[in-house]
Amino acid sequence: MSTRHILLGLLAGGPSHGYDLKRRHDERFPQARPLAYGQVYTTLQRLVRDGLAAIDGTASDGGPERTLYRSTDDGSRELTQWAGEIAPPAPFVTNEIFAKVVVSILASADPAGYLLAQRAAHMARMRELTAVKTAPGADLATVLSADYALNHLDADLRWMTTTADRLTNLTAEVHTA
Amino acid sequence: MSTPLLTARDLVKAHGPTPALRGASLELAAGEVLAVTGASGSGKSTLLHCLAGIVKPDSGTVEYAGERLDLLPEKRLSELRRTDFGVVFQFGQLIPELTAADNVALPLLLAGTSRAAARERAGEWLERFGVRGQEALRPGELSGGQAQRVALARALVTDPKAVFADEPTGALDSLAGEQVMTALIHTARESGTAVLLITHDAQVAAYADREVSLRDGTVADPGALPAGSATSAAAEVSR
Repeated sequence: MSTRHILLGLLAGGPSHGYDLKRRHDERFPQARPLAYGQVYTTLQRLVRDGLAAIDGTASDGGPERTLYRSTDDGSRELTQWAGEIAPPAPFVTNEIFAKVVVSILASADPAGYLLAQRAAHMARMRELTAVKTAPGADLATVLSADYALNHLDADLRWMTTTADRLTNLTAEVHTA
Repeated sequence: MSTPLLTARDLVKAHGPTPALRGASLELAAGEVLAVTGASGSGKSTLLHCLAGIVKPDSGTVEYAGERLDLLPEKRLSELRRTDFGVVFQFGQLIPELTAADNVALPLLLAGTSRAAARERAGEWLERFGVRGQEALRPGELSGGQAQRVALARALVTDPKAVFADEPTGALDSLAGEQVMTALIHTARESGTAVLLITHDAQVAAYADREVSLRDGTVADPGALPAGSATSAAAEVSR
């Protein structure tokens, strides 16, 4: 995920300081990998260096004085271009589950046993996400992020089921050969 | 798990020459939501029918609250299905000639509730499932999701101890399915009703507290995939 574009998107609504951007990021992208304050400030400095954002004074709101940032015209153009660009659909098949199954086969380990345990872990996570998204008062961002994760976990599960079937069939073929 | 509400042991059932269950066992606790998953033809629906007292197994036992369903006469089974169990199928199987309200009121009328009281309770349940205002419509005039929520209201209107749902979202798009599942689970949890949920869809199974998987008519290990001794085959492949 591109943190610089996410921050440019959050700045599209008007000037903001790093602390507020971090808070709004967490609201808009619940369940995302945590975004550190340090990363927010480093990214803002790079956006300023590249002319995509500019310092827009300071604000204190009764608390410590904080630097305000705003998006520039170049920043807006960059954001629009990025948001419309197609993300490459799975250009590389790099997934830990897939890798573990292949390695288990190579090492004569127990891929079926691994798939069984992984499936149980996936289902446990899907139950958590389902509870989060169906809790009374869940906001749209929470529902969208849970939907996204659930659909990807479901796709993993279908791949795991097919792979386990293939392993079983392969076993039968080997045993009858 | 707390004391089981429903216990099935070693159920065997064939449809003519075709075996559907080959020794399936499971327990459903009071108030528990249990998903039964498995490929089509794995025996899920037959298991539900045996557990709900709709069909009798060829062998094996089904115990519900101290009674052996597999030994009960049809009259007592019929009474239990009316008072203690609710059933929902993939296609709600509402009575097409009756309005939504009358479909929901029907189990109460059959149990001897007065017409006025039955209509009032039906209205309350339609409201809980978000289909208030559709009372006068017939099933053909409802959307698939609305019809299924009416079917759920009908299944729960008698305050059953257990609801059996066979692919309740199978004919619905994902958002309508989500509304149906959310309504079912929230209502079941509020009322402490156990739910046995038959599904082939992992996203539906994720609404449950627990999952068991059926394969070739038997219950596999919790969360089980089709397991085989894949290691030896894998070893062959890797050479």
